[in-house]
Amino acid sequence: MTTILDHVRQVASDIFAVPVVNIGADSSADTIEAWDSMQHLNLVLAIEEKFDVHFSPEEIERMRNLGIIAAILETKTSA
Amino acid sequence: MTPEDETSDLRKEDLRKEDHRKEGLRNEIDRLISNGVAQSAATRMDALWRREPTLATAAFLAPRIDKLRERLDLTTLRVAILRSFTLEPVVPLLRAAAFCFRLNPEAHVGDYNAYMQEILDRNSSLYSFNPQVAILALRTADIAPELWNDYSTLAPADVPAVMERVCGHLEQAVAAFRERSMAAFILSTLEQPPRAAFGALDSQMETSQSDAIQTLNREIRRMARQQTGVYVLDYDALVACHGRLLWQDERKLFSVGLPIAAHQLVHVANELLRLLVPLSGRIAKALVVDLDNTLWGGVIGEDGMTGIKLGADYPGVAYQMLQKAMLDLSRRGILLAICSKNNPGDAVEVLEKHPGMLLRPADFSAIRINWNEKAQGLREIAAELSIGVDSIAFLDDNPFEREQVRSALPEVLVLDLPEDPMQYAAVVRDCAAFERLTLSGEDRQRSAFYAEQRKRAQVEHNFQSKEDFFRYLQQEVEVAPVRPSTLARVSQLTQKTNQFNLTTRRYSEQQLAAMAGTPGCQVLAMRVMDRFGDHGLVGVAVTIDTQDLCEIEAFLLSCRVIGRSVETALLSQVSKSALARGCRRLAGWFLPTKKNAPAKDFFCRSGFECQLQNGEGSRWVLDLQTQPIVCPDWIQLHTSNGEDS
Repeated sequence: MTTILDHVRQVASDIFAVPVVNIGADSSADTIEAWDSMQHLNLVLAIEEKFDVHFSPEEIERMRNLGIIAAILETKTSA
Repeated sequence: MTPEDETSDLRKEDLRKEDHRKEGLRNEIDRLISNGVAQSAATRMDALWRREPTLATAAFLAPRIDKLRERLDLTTLRVAILRSFTLEPVVPLLRAAAFCFRLNPEAHVGDYNAYMQEILDRNSSLYSFNPQVAILALRTADIAPELWNDYSTLAPADVPAVMERVCGHLEQAVAAFRERSMAAFILSTLEQPPRAAFGALDSQMETSQSDAIQTLNREIRRMARQQTGVYVLDYDALVACHGRLLWQDERKLFSVGLPIAAHQLVHVANELLRLLVPLSGRIAKALVVDLDNTLWGGVIGEDGMTGIKLGADYPGVAYQMLQKAMLDLSRRGILLAICSKNNPGDAVEVLEKHPGMLLRPADFSAIRINWNEKAQGLREIAAELSIGVDSIAFLDDNPFEREQVRSALPEVLVLDLPEDPMQYAAVVRDCAAFERLTLSGEDRQRSAFYAEQRKRAQVEHNFQSKEDFFRYLQQEVEVAPVRPSTLARVSQLTQKTNQFNLTTRRYSEQQLAAMAGTPGCQVLAMRVMDRFGDHGLVGVAVTIDTQDLCEIEAFLLSCRVIGRSVETALLSQVSKSALARGCRRLAGWFLPTKKNAPAKDFFCRSGFECQLQNGEGSRWVLDLQTQPIVCPDWIQLHTSNGEDS
């Protein structure tokens, strides 16, 4: 069963050019070298586009790792 | 389980299946790249982009385009983006979308809201980047805040002053840029706010907010019309087209300076591409279409004249809409042709007699109706129209035919058609390969030129010798220096001519205008007429004198007049005017490309001597005093001084 986290991992793999197997819930700016503030914006935009959602600046601020992003998405898509 | 949960699970299931397919394509692309199969990898990358044109896909493709760029015939275009807001996320989208046209834009994004300093400072990173195209992307709220949020507090008497200030600002930007760079310059129109400050009252007011912004946009279009090499990206129309309220993301505007919602960014890239594709010359010159279920609904061999769907009402109207879009393209100078698998008799009857047809046989410059493979038909059509296979776009409802053409002729631009025929016309109208930024008289009459060409070909074989045929043609050639009215066409010829072209140097209108004004530099344009009609402007020669040597910088002939000996007429005029200016020698390079074999022997058969040969090409020289070039006696040569009458 593919989870929301898996979709997020795939998008992150595309954005940061890191193989999807090397990406997990705890992947963050500390573990992924390419994750700077511009790429953070690109990741957020790519996820918004893929899931057809809009994040608030507060939510974007909270997105420290992929697990948190998946959790925020979970609340948006199940609502 | 609630119905909502069920829907949500179904949606997740859809996403999962979708992801598996895409992951497969991604792996396949990487495998093909590492196996060194660049062309197939590129075709699969196109497929991935067509399937999901998103930010994630664009990010996936960008490093792979970098890997392939050396191994594919990509046209690089240096694009400077000057802006008042965040536009960086558009860059990968632009690269991915452009890749489908084998165009590789290298983007330089100027500093946030620093466009004016960058334009004014000759030492700025803008000019060291040496752009071929620069775009100025401005928000109404940034350049004219009074016309955006603050309109209700603006005194009506002050509106003209604001408009004047904004116009002056843009005019200054264009003029300063033009002084410092030859690059094409793209202005964008100013966006209207989703709701006017005065609401419904706005339309009743002498100084309406909506009017004020529209007037500014008219001024922007005027600037583009009046100056060579200035173009317009109609940003306001783009936003309107996708819906003003859906377009914006105000939370991101006020947090990261990005006013555009994530899922709209791809539309910005595509709109910019509509200008970059024609500026780069990677355009389609002909649209070749299938018939059954493409130009009409149903199969003529089975459904018959009365059974096929084609007319002014639904569902036949879908096909009329496509035909109307094709007619619009042909008025832009794009040739139409047919490549279909039918019994010729059935198909021609529809073309000639069906009351619902908007297109008739005369609208098609080449027709292949048989049971051969389509790739074969497309090759024949390219040869008949004297264009490269890479200048062909192909439209067919059948995915199998499309895939076959893609694998047999990867250089053809194969357009996908959606399931719904009502969307067919939009596919044709949205394709950037059909965009043009200038329209010459030659473009408007292109299909008529080809009809005359067919008549010439029909009589040609009645003659024993080429010379007899030339005499029968009664060719007249007019050679004149380039002038404002011919600048666009001359530039277009240098951009598009690949076959009879000695040096394949491309010149923008600005460059040609600058050269024409330089002492010792000549830009000559040749027009050819014969008993069948007017070929229009079909030849260009650019020369630069250095003391007694006249150097041929560029010499080219449209494919329409290859093999008519008119190149000798043009060369004779080049040599005559060089002699008159006191030159003793005429010299030039032949720089071979994949396509310019037809020009290979030109210097040799004109009496030039080969002086040297190196990895780039061969250099040829002619002594003008002992070996003048004579115009063939079957051509009447007229010269003129180049004043616009």
